[in-house]
Amino acid sequence: MAAHKQNFFMKYLWSTDHKIIAMQYLFTGMFMALVGGFLAYAFRMQLAFPGTDIPLFGVVSPGEYNALVTNHGTIMIFWVAMPVLVAALGNYLIPLMVGCDDMVFPRLNRLSYQVFLVSAIIILASFFVPGGAFGGAWTAYPPLSTTAEFSLTPFGSPLWVLAVALEFVAFLMGGINFITTAMNSRAPGMKMFDVPIVVWFIVLASILFMGSVGPLIAGAIMLLFDQLVGTGYFNPGVGGDPILYQHLFWFFGHPEVYVVLLPALGIVAEVITVFSRKKLFAYKIVLYTAIATGVLSFFVWAHHQFVAGIDPRMANVFTVTTVLISIPIAEMLFVYIATLYGGSIRLTTPMLWALAFLAEFLLGGVTGIFLGASGADVYFHDTYFVLAHFHYTFFPIAIISVFAAVTFWFPKMFGRLMNETLGKVHFWITVVCFNGIFLPLFLLGTWGQHRRIYNYEHFPELAGQDMQQLRVFATMCLVVMLCAQAIFLFNFFWSMFKGKKAGKNPWKANTLEWTVPSPPPHGNFAKLPVCYRGPYEYSHPDREEDYWPQDEPASETT
Amino acid sequence: MEKPVATVRSAAGISTGMLSIWWLLASEIVIFGGLLGAYIMHRIGHPEWAEYASHTNTWFGTLNTVILLSSSLSAVLAHHAAEQGDGKKAAKLLYMTVGGAVGFLVVKSIEWTIEIQHGYTITANSFWSFYYVAAGIHGGHVIVGALFMLWVAGLAKKNKELQRVEMVGVYWHFVDLVWIFLFPLLYIAK
Repeated sequence: MAAHKQNFFMKYLWSTDHKIIAMQYLFTGMFMALVGGFLAYAFRMQLAFPGTDIPLFGVVSPGEYNALVTNHGTIMIFWVAMPVLVAALGNYLIPLMVGCDDMVFPRLNRLSYQVFLVSAIIILASFFVPGGAFGGAWTAYPPLSTTAEFSLTPFGSPLWVLAVALEFVAFLMGGINFITTAMNSRAPGMKMFDVPIVVWFIVLASILFMGSVGPLIAGAIMLLFDQLVGTGYFNPGVGGDPILYQHLFWFFGHPEVYVVLLPALGIVAEVITVFSRKKLFAYKIVLYTAIATGVLSFFVWAHHQFVAGIDPRMANVFTVTTVLISIPIAEMLFVYIATLYGGSIRLTTPMLWALAFLAEFLLGGVTGIFLGASGADVYFHDTYFVLAHFHYTFFPIAIISVFAAVTFWFPKMFGRLMNETLGKVHFWITVVCFNGIFLPLFLLGTWGQHRRIYNYEHFPELAGQDMQQLRVFATMCLVVMLCAQAIFLFNFFWSMFKGKKAGKNPWKANTLEWTVPSPPPHGNFAKLPVCYRGPYEYSHPDREEDYWPQDEPASETT
Repeated sequence: MEKPVATVRSAAGISTGMLSIWWLLASEIVIFGGLLGAYIMHRIGHPEWAEYASHTNTWFGTLNTVILLSSSLSAVLAHHAAEQGDGKKAAKLLYMTVGGAVGFLVVKSIEWTIEIQHGYTITANSFWSFYYVAAGIHGGHVIVGALFMLWVAGLAKKNKELQRVEMVGVYWHFVDLVWIFLFPLLYIAK
């Protein structure tokens, strides 16, 4: 594993090192987040100031508007949340945290990123084909998605399906790597309950992904055939069924929420234990709860289809399962608060992000209960209440927890500390503006504002001054929030080269990644570690130090 | 490229390669599960499909079932030979399995050609759409499996990576197993 000279291409673009691949995923994800943010900027401006010439974009046409909202959703979930939360962090953390030198299949890992990159290029390229990018919403329901006659995007629709399908393939390859590495390559002595929660949760997320995506892969193939060959799987005119697609989509789509939620919860577990200097409250219960959530998440999907014409008796069943799933998630939040209780809390930037995650996700969870109950959902369906609800879940997941992770592991990744003041300024602007965007949208939703509408001036009952002012307010908050990301980007790149040197273990944390130099060399560990204890032994009464690294033999202490 | 230490560890008590094959199969099962589940739901909802299905050729299907199942025998024998450390013999047996895969694809091509000539194309109706896509995805797996067997056999000939013989074998049994579901669903249930 000696360091060997390689040129730039081999070292950064063709590498099989898990840390480099993690960086590739991270930077691609960050770039796609900027793209997704820009799309949101364009369509929010259209909603606040319909028909005007938007700076940096121009006038938004109805077709463009549809393409913007569709691809905003698609990109944020499949090209931001998935690559950053699962792939970047999974790649970076799993080998380091379980104490081995790389992923079990380094070349498969590289291939996974390359397929992912191709999929990202395809989705971006779809904006520039004749007819423009697909605009049939990120769920791509037929018949809007099946025929160009309806979608008006003869090239955009199949490119969208192709990009999403390739992205799935990339994550299946990545997922097999994550699961196998965590199962098989743990350091000697590391038992199942010595594995850090974030590793467990990324593995559980990968298993959920593998278990749920299959039907949608089949669905994507059928959709492509419907689009390109003219079959009629989803066309009732020739004996097909459009509801079938909705089942295939949501059978994946709902577990997908937990695929991205679990890694986020894992990050929060790591951050709050380190910065409250306390053992994670009820490690095993957290783990079993997560497994239960995963299992249950396979039985809730039809709550997305309450108004799609499914059997009302079935709606009752799915209401019960959906409301049930709020129990394990609520329990998880309680457990994290119990971890904070009595700890010596340090409000560093990553800790602020982790705490914000708990608060904001709570709002997302609570509003979900209204939508899980079929009676209320019939009224709320496809309003901005739904939109605000899932942004209150996805924003904490894909943005807040990612900032917690990046600010927490940045010293390990680049060997330098980020600036705390800039970090906190960025934190407060982002979180306040986030609430400024979506709280008004809850209100608009309860007042009946429907989703996916290009221009509310065309709907007199939705075009009142009071509603329009809230739209303008939300849009202004979005613009401020997007501008504030410049603070983060500056802090990120400035600290990468000019920040204070971090040393091995700036946070005094226990897990194995903090026992190696920052950034870790190729091969990670000079001598592969042996694990002696669980990951959360903070403030142990028998020790002078308030932390107890996992690889420190017991005999060396007290 | 040297294998990382991570690859040769087995904390779960099963080799890394086999573990990954099992996970691969788990993810494949849900792909076919979704497809066949959708097919079965449609089939139950559309009694008229029985008439469409009566035009599939059971004899071709049966012939292919025999070919595919017997090709698994040589895969098992190849695994046995690999365990004895006889790479050359394992390679020869794997080539026989590849022969079975080629035979399967030849029969399939003839069958599809006849059907398409009679107007039963993929767009004829939803039954035929499912028929071609389900069998087509399975056929894709046959091709991929055969390519992997050629690769593993090439290594085994030089007595390298003999543990992979078992892995392609397991994958091949899975391809068989999928066919065992497809055969009654598409050919027998009329």
